[in-house]
Amino acid sequence: MTTLTLGKALNAGLRRALAADDKVVLMGEDIGTLGGVFRITDGLKAEFGANRVVDTPLSEAGIMGTAVGLAYRGFRPVVEIQFDGFIYPGFDQIVAQVAKLHYRSRGNVRMPLTIRVPFGGGIGAAEHHSESPEAYFAHTAGLRVVACSNPADAYVMIQQAIASDDPVLFFEPKRRYHVKGEVDETASLADAKPMGVASVVASGTDVTLVTYGALVQTARDAAIAAAEDGVSIEVIDLRSLAPVDYATVEASVRRTGRLVITHEAGQQGGVGAELAASVTERCFEFLEAAPVRVTGHDIPYPPAKLERHHLPDLDRILDGVDRVLGRPNSLSGVEA
Amino acid sequence: MTPSDRDATGLLTKPDHFVQLITPAGERRADAEHDPWVADVDAAALGRLYRDMAIVRRLDAEATALQRQGELGLWPPLAGQEAAQIGSARALRDDDFVFTSYREHAVAWCRGVGPAELLTVWRGSASSGWNPYEHGMAVPQIIIGAQALHATGWAMGAAWEGTDAASVAYFGDGATSEGDVNEALVFAASFDAPVVFFCQNNQWAISEPVGLQSKQPLARRADGFGMPGIRVDGNDVLAVLAATRIALDRARRGGGPTFIEAVTYRLGPHTTADDPKRYRTDDELTEWGARDPLTRLLALLGTMGVDIEGLERDIADEAGRAAAELRAAVTTIPDPEPMTVFDHVYAEPNTHLARQRDHYARYLAMFDETDAAASGAAGGAR
Repeated sequence: MTTLTLGKALNAGLRRALAADDKVVLMGEDIGTLGGVFRITDGLKAEFGANRVVDTPLSEAGIMGTAVGLAYRGFRPVVEIQFDGFIYPGFDQIVAQVAKLHYRSRGNVRMPLTIRVPFGGGIGAAEHHSESPEAYFAHTAGLRVVACSNPADAYVMIQQAIASDDPVLFFEPKRRYHVKGEVDETASLADAKPMGVASVVASGTDVTLVTYGALVQTARDAAIAAAEDGVSIEVIDLRSLAPVDYATVEASVRRTGRLVITHEAGQQGGVGAELAASVTERCFEFLEAAPVRVTGHDIPYPPAKLERHHLPDLDRILDGVDRVLGRPNSLSGVEA
Repeated sequence: MTPSDRDATGLLTKPDHFVQLITPAGERRADAEHDPWVADVDAAALGRLYRDMAIVRRLDAEATALQRQGELGLWPPLAGQEAAQIGSARALRDDDFVFTSYREHAVAWCRGVGPAELLTVWRGSASSGWNPYEHGMAVPQIIIGAQALHATGWAMGAAWEGTDAASVAYFGDGATSEGDVNEALVFAASFDAPVVFFCQNNQWAISEPVGLQSKQPLARRADGFGMPGIRVDGNDVLAVLAATRIALDRARRGGGPTFIEAVTYRLGPHTTADDPKRYRTDDELTEWGARDPLTRLLALLGTMGVDIEGLERDIADEAGRAAAELRAAVTTIPDPEPMTVFDHVYAEPNTHLARQRDHYARYLAMFDETDAAASGAAGGAR
């Protein structure tokens, strides 16, 4: 075991993927000489060369579209989008080409792209640097969408994403890049938990709390706080947003009878909406209360000094837990 | 350039405005710069180029007829653009790769795509008709200009692998306004990618004249991106062949990309769903009809001592047979099985889609049971 930050764990995972398969190429803005604005690709250009770790022009559609061409030729491009809010110029290539070419070519052309996206807020950043665009991609057939939350998962999941023959949107919780954890760099990928499987990161009996990315730590903290209040919360790190591991979520909800979902992204049409609907359809008779969503507001990401009023935090999550338990909460007395 | 140099659509069409080796009247123009690139093209080779163009024109007309008769959902005719497509595609090697839009039926012909493969998409029977790796030709691209980036990425990869293969991005004048095409030009130039940007300027993007996309000849844009631009008479198959050979040679030698503007004309509608009478004049059609790519080559062959009546007769027979094959092929394209709607969304197993697939299979099975019950009630006589 090695102690690594989440960022360094990604770096180590990328290094191992580059070494394992010479068809793996990294592409992005500032990822080569600089090592990326978050240094996730630090040192990789020096180690593998400019044709494996490619500094590209400032053109997200260009990066995505040339990656499609490289995939046509048998490469496995790993694309870095510098910040979540910069992905939209590449949106057409992702949704119309990356997601659909395997289908459009009747399985003849594979698109094993990994699209790395540092996502979410909480770092006091400028506009367009704190967004959570995952639902756009979870909505798009042909894509897989995952989010890592800790160094051990980051190290394994980035390699699994690169090895996947399907395109993967890989969301990285940028405000957790510096969080440290134990990573087993000798572990075999074959033995690792598949990236499509969720993790129960805290066991509990009263409420199932589902989240992903940066909020996993917040949810765990909420579970500890709730325990002091006599409420037992089971925390699930979803890891895969498309497809969702409903087996794990359902098994938990059938035991607890209560579901709270939290994410930084807005509520409307979000991952939480889909999860609430699906869980309600699948285990309605086990539910003691309607599922509760604790999400970012449906607003453009606010200025840095307001972001704490936008992002779900420990107290807002606990307020949601109170709602699902029918205890006094922010909506007590309000007609539904 | 003066306003009088422009024709009705604002286009420069005089020979000194582009590379032209065969005039519309069928005269061979001497061109010291470009002649060496087609020195091997003798009368027999020209006859083969004529054969290609005549057959694809016939196939194109047959496909249009098949659409009118309800056998195809849609067809985007290529009529008028035979020289641009045949001249460029016949310059390619098997290990090259082409990324086209949706009108490049003559390119498909050169890449060995068969009649049923060609029509599958337009019949609505499947989302692609051929395996791209069998023909070195990507699936057709409907999103305007998106394939320019794919060609560029493929070419970057080919160079990184140390091969001398090249790619060609086919797109139209309308696509030059898309961000994707401009970004492809940036990437290709910066990485010296072995890619040829082959722009068929057919004067119209559905109803919008090329003057709306550009205030100057499109080939001039190449300079701004740091690559050579060649403006060629796209209705002159020999000039197109020369220009494409020049561009491919540069690409293979590590010289990077080239932008070719082939000045041509879409004689037919944008697609069978379009009515060009709403936006262009009969005079314009007549004017461009006089620059037809087939007529001029036939005239040239006549001056070279070829028995053009015999040639025309033979090719007409062959084209007729090809058209009959196309017509026969369309009905051999199988209708897809309902459950194949779920096929190939993912390369790997997907739990979410597997569940939807299972649900839909159960739903469809209900009708089988209903049918069985109904036929049982009727005595099972079905």
